[in-house]
Amino acid sequence: MNIIVPVKLVPDLVEELSIDASGTALDTAWLRMIINEFDDHAIEQAILLKEKTGAQVTVLSMNIEGVDDLLFAAAARGADRLIKLNGDFVNASNNHALARAMATLIQDLKPDLILTGVQAHNDLDGSIGPRISNYLGMPYVGYISGVNISDDKVIVRKEYPGGLIGEMQVSLPALLGIQAAEQPPRYVAISKVRQMMKTMSIEELDLATLDSMGAPVVNRMFQPETTERATMLSENAEDAANQLVNIFKELGVL
Amino acid sequence: MNQDIFVAVEHLRGKVSDISYIMLAAAHDLAQNTGGKVVALLLGLNAQQLAGNLNADQVLYADHSLLTDFNPEAYQRTLIGIIDEYKPRAVLFGHTSIGTDTVGCISAQLGLPLVSSVRTIEANNKLISQICGGKIMAECNLPEPIALITLVPGGYKPEQGQSTQSPPVTAIPVQVLDGLRILLNKYIEPETSDVDISKEPLLIAVGRGIQNQDNISLAEELAQAIGGVVCASRPVVDQGWLPTSRLVGKSGSTVKPKVYLAIGISGAPEHVEAITGSDVIIAINTDSAAPIFNIAKYGTTADLFDLVPALTEKIKNIKG
Repeated sequence: MNIIVPVKLVPDLVEELSIDASGTALDTAWLRMIINEFDDHAIEQAILLKEKTGAQVTVLSMNIEGVDDLLFAAAARGADRLIKLNGDFVNASNNHALARAMATLIQDLKPDLILTGVQAHNDLDGSIGPRISNYLGMPYVGYISGVNISDDKVIVRKEYPGGLIGEMQVSLPALLGIQAAEQPPRYVAISKVRQMMKTMSIEELDLATLDSMGAPVVNRMFQPETTERATMLSENAEDAANQLVNIFKELGVL
Repeated sequence: MNQDIFVAVEHLRGKVSDISYIMLAAAHDLAQNTGGKVVALLLGLNAQQLAGNLNADQVLYADHSLLTDFNPEAYQRTLIGIIDEYKPRAVLFGHTSIGTDTVGCISAQLGLPLVSSVRTIEANNKLISQICGGKIMAECNLPEPIALITLVPGGYKPEQGQSTQSPPVTAIPVQVLDGLRILLNKYIEPETSDVDISKEPLLIAVGRGIQNQDNISLAEELAQAIGGVVCASRPVVDQGWLPTSRLVGKSGSTVKPKVYLAIGISGAPEHVEAITGSDVIIAINTDSAAPIFNIAKYGTTADLFDLVPALTEKIKNIKG
C-alpha cells in the first residue's frame, strides 16, 4: 500500500494578517506559515494506516520557506519518504494550477491511496483534492474522519451536519479529503525531528509550468468591515469579570 | 450559453438543507444582474416533493435509485451532464460536505472556473469570498464562461430562498450511473449524550485558546457555578478533550442559547454559522482581530486564564 500525502503551508491565523501593496493578496513578508491543520490530520491518518497495515507513506509539499521543517516533522511522526516540489509559487499558487501540475508527478509515484486535507483556509478556488482526483481518474470523497483499508477498497466515515456519519466504501486507488484523523496529530519531540534532519533526505521534484487557467482573478482583498463589532469590556481580567457578572444578571442567567 | 443561474440543491435524509435556500437567495441576486432565471437542480429518488417550497423559477429533477442518498460520484456525473447540456451562466453549490465533494471534480472535468467560500453577491456580480478563517474577504468578478461557485452561509437568510408557491418541476433524464466506485454502506447516527447542547439556554464554549485538556476544567467549573453546559469548537473535539456530542459547528450541533460565552474561540466561519441563532454572544479572546468579535455583543481581550477563574469565583460568591 503506497499512500501519498500532499500537504501545504498556510498563514498562521493567530498572527495579524495584512494585505500587500497590490491590494489583491496577503502580505507574505511577515507571515508565519504553519501546516494546514487538515493536512496535519491527513498525515496522522496516513501514519495510523501505516501502523495498521504496513503501508509506505510519502509526504510531499511545495518548496517554500518552512517546507524542510514540515517534512522532517512528518518523518519524525513516521513518514517514509519526503518530497518537495519546486515551482514558481508566488505568481501562480492557486489550486487550479497546482492540481494540474501535481497530478502528473503524483501519478508517477503510483499511489494506492492519496490523503490530503479536505480544505485549507486560504483556498479561494476550491480545495485541491477533488481536482487532483479528477486528473488521476480516481474517486474522491471528502470530510473524512476515519479510514480503514479492506483489500482493494477503503471504508471511510464521512461527516455530515449534526454529527451524522455516512459510512462509505471507496474502490482503490482513491483520494480522500481528510477532516480529522482517528486520533489527534501526535506530538514529536524536537530532538526526534533533529535526528530526522541528519538521517533522512528530502527528494526534490520540479513541477511543470504552473497554468492558472480557471482560477479566479482577485480584484481586491480586504478585512471584513466591522459595523456591528462587540461592545468591548475591560482588558483587565478582574474588571471584565465584574462587568460580565452584571451582564449575566441583566440577561437573567445569574 | 444562457444567463440562467443554477443551484445544486442539497438534501439529507428527506430534508432540504438550509444552505440550499441560502443559495437560492444568492442566485436571485445573480440572476437579477444577468437577466436569467433561477433554476434549482434536484437529484434524488421519489424526491419531487422536496421541490415544493424552493424559491426558484424552475426545478430540473433527476430521479434515479442511485441518487437516493448523496454519492459524490453519482452527483458529479449527473451534474456534469446537466451543466454540459444547459450551459448556465453560473452554478451554485454549498460549501459543505456535499457541495465541495461535487464541485471540484466538475470544475476539473469540464475545465470550468471555480470561486469558493462566496458569502455575498454585490453589484455587477462581484463575488465576495470569506477566507482565512473569516479574517480576509476577497472580491472576484463572476468568471466566464460558466462560473462554479461554493457558497458559505451568513450573507442570506434561508427564508429568502423559500416560497409558498411551488415552482414548476421538469423531470430530466439521468446519465448512466453504473460502475460507481463509491457506495454508501449506511448512516451512523450521532452519539447520544447526557445533554443536548442544541437545547441548552446557557453554553460555555471553549476553543483552541484553552490550550490543553487540563484547562477544560476552568470552563467546567464556570459552567457548574453559573448553571451552564460546556461545549467546544472543532479543535478541542479533534484533540479528544471533549466528546463529539459537545461539538458546535458545521459537523456538530447548531445551537441557539440565550447566552453563548465563547472562550478562546477565534470565530472561524464553520463555527460561526452554528451559533448565529444565539440571543447574546459574549467572547473572550486575547486576539482583538478575532472574527468572533464581529458577531459577539460583548467582548474582552482579557486573558482567559485570569478572567475565567475570577469570574467563577465571583459567581460562586454571589450564589453562596
